Amino acid sequence: MVTYGKGLRPLAILTVLVLGGGIALALFYAPMDADQGFRQKIFYIHVPMAIVAMGGFIAGGIAGIMYLRTEDSKWDLRSYTWIHHALILALGALITGSIWAKTSWGHWWVWDEPTLVSFLIVFLLYCTYQPLRFSIEDREKQSRYAAVFAITAGAFVPLNFMAVRMAQSLSHPRVFATSNGGLPLKMQIAFYVMLAGMTLFFITLTKFEMASKNTRAQMGALRRRLGGEDGPARRSAAPALPTATEAGTA
Amino acid sequence: MRRAVGALLRKEAALELRTPQVIPGMALFSIVTYVVFHFGLRRNQVSGDLAAGVLWVTILFAAMLGIARLFVTDREEGGFDAFLLAPVDRTAMFVAKAISMFTYLALVQVVAIPAFVVLLLGPGLSGEELLKLMAVLALADIGIAVVGTLVGALAVQTRARDLITPLLALPLLVPVVIGAARASAPLLTLTGAGTLPGRWLVVLALYDLVFGLLAYAVFDFLLED
Amino acid sequence: MTVDATPAIDLRGVTRRYGDRTALDDVTVALEPGRTLVVFGPNGAGKSTLLRILATLLRMHGGTAKVLGHDLKSEDWKVRGRIGLLGHEPLLYRDLTVRENLRFHARLHDVPLARVEELLDEVGLIARADDQVHTLSRGLVQRAAVCRAVLHDPEVLLLDEPRANLDPNAAAAVEPLIGPESGRTRIITSHDPAGGLAEADLALGLRAGRTALLAPAADVTAAMIGELYR
Repeated sequence: MVTYGKGLRPLAILTVLVLGGGIALALFYAPMDADQGFRQKIFYIHVPMAIVAMGGFIAGGIAGIMYLRTEDSKWDLRSYTWIHHALILALGALITGSIWAKTSWGHWWVWDEPTLVSFLIVFLLYCTYQPLRFSIEDREKQSRYAAVFAITAGAFVPLNFMAVRMAQSLSHPRVFATSNGGLPLKMQIAFYVMLAGMTLFFITLTKFEMASKNTRAQMGALRRRLGGEDGPARRSAAPALPTATEAGTA
Repeated sequence: MRRAVGALLRKEAALELRTPQVIPGMALFSIVTYVVFHFGLRRNQVSGDLAAGVLWVTILFAAMLGIARLFVTDREEGGFDAFLLAPVDRTAMFVAKAISMFTYLALVQVVAIPAFVVLLLGPGLSGEELLKLMAVLALADIGIAVVGTLVGALAVQTRARDLITPLLALPLLVPVVIGAARASAPLLTLTGAGTLPGRWLVVLALYDLVFGLLAYAVFDFLLED
Repeated sequence: MTVDATPAIDLRGVTRRYGDRTALDDVTVALEPGRTLVVFGPNGAGKSTLLRILATLLRMHGGTAKVLGHDLKSEDWKVRGRIGLLGHEPLLYRDLTVRENLRFHARLHDVPLARVEELLDEVGLIARADDQVHTLSRGLVQRAAVCRAVLHDPEVLLLDEPRANLDPNAAAAVEPLIGPESGRTRIITSHDPAGGLAEADLALGLRAGRTALLAPAADVTAAMIGELYR
């Protein structure tokens, strides 16, 4: 049996420290941007969110491959949880990106920012992950199909970014402080600390959800074993987990 | 493998010839969509980027109809089980279905492209431009067929097939629309004699390759019960 | 038949779940080649699940299953093509003719097309061979399905209530193909105690996925079968 909750407390404390430190660095240590001033600070939230979300999607795809190879529901749970939280971060990246666009260009949405547009497409694709799972009743089939989706979508992410970026760069040459590479060292430090903090945040959240899902599965199994009613069986989009009681005492 | 693909393709052709549904449906849908664009855009003629957009949105939406129906008979009439009982490579199903989907798209375009030229396209198409457009169509159709087969097989096993199909296929096919629209826009401009942007053909070919290999690798998992 | 012949079917502790529900629970049964196993049990007892597992269409969650000496988990591709399945669904395309359907399966199984005509003649379907399947009566569809199931001359036949839709005439027509004298190893599901026991060598009774009865057919009475449905 996997103990999902192990190490959750120190991890959570570390996350708070790094993320808090990152925000402090971004606000007070990193210099003001010459062109954009204070509004550039959203960069320290927006870009790490986007990067971690993309990493989460790709990790979800890799977990999908592992699930198809091993048929171990642990990998299905990982794939599900990673994609789930990457989707939330992607929404965060879209919203912060949109705020940034509003303050920089005066529009809530700009089509000539390829990263933002790519994110919208990827976000829309992954929005169907949950409905897809929910509309397949057989749990094993649900896991298998979700894995195929996760792999396909994971491969789609980089290809989509490439295509969208090419489409933009043809008509709109990118002039952006961040793209010319010459980011001051202090900004870089703040950025990388924020990136590390966001990554830890993602890991903590996903670990927490896995622990919670696992606990609930064990509880349900124990309740069934005691002969109590578990309520009517409901359809669910969440992965089914093997439980200690079913596996151990059979 | 070749024997199984051949058998599946013959079956597919016999079914579509017996009760033509998919191809006439997609063709009719395309023409109706042009009419809708005419009123929606309030244009009698389109050219350039706008023409490419109208053309590819229409092709993509028409393709959704074909994708949604691609596996329905097999699912409802036991074709999957019958196929799985046979001692053949399961990938044969993917190859046969992708070829079928590509053929549907190509046959629909035989009607839909001339209809587009007559009804909406301002500049008209020269012979050379038509050949170049066919190259773009071929590359884009491969991508649509490959992704469509994968999505169709995924969606057919769900309870919300009609909903899942476009929700999965449309975002996945955005790169195809980007590539195909960019590649074909110069062919549809008023000045004419536009050159074919090679880089977009490369994007389309790359997309076909990546998703072709990917679908080939994961398709077997969609057939098991 | 030699005593030490490998069993045609060898199931040990076969288990299958659908979500939280266990459809087949620890079923162990072996059947020698050429013999007939009849599976009894109320609807939902796991009979069809058992057949689908043997047909390699459904995977197991526990236990091992060998068909014709090949393990279903690792060597299912060696078994496919040597089993014939006749289930509740005819597995025929409704808009295609009987002949087109059978030719499709003949190509998939790499069987000469002449075999299709032979079988059509044998079950008395030649006259209707060019009619679409959806125009046929259920009895005729079942005859066509029998042809499909035995097209590749399978060594093992999996029959899910094979005579449910057949009138006596039709039953007689398909008897040489799926009856005892076909020489095939047969696993048959049935609700009919007398008829089922008459052709069985071995009887298996399932109840909620568990083995409630497993005995040579000679030792089983219709009353014991009736008990399963109580």
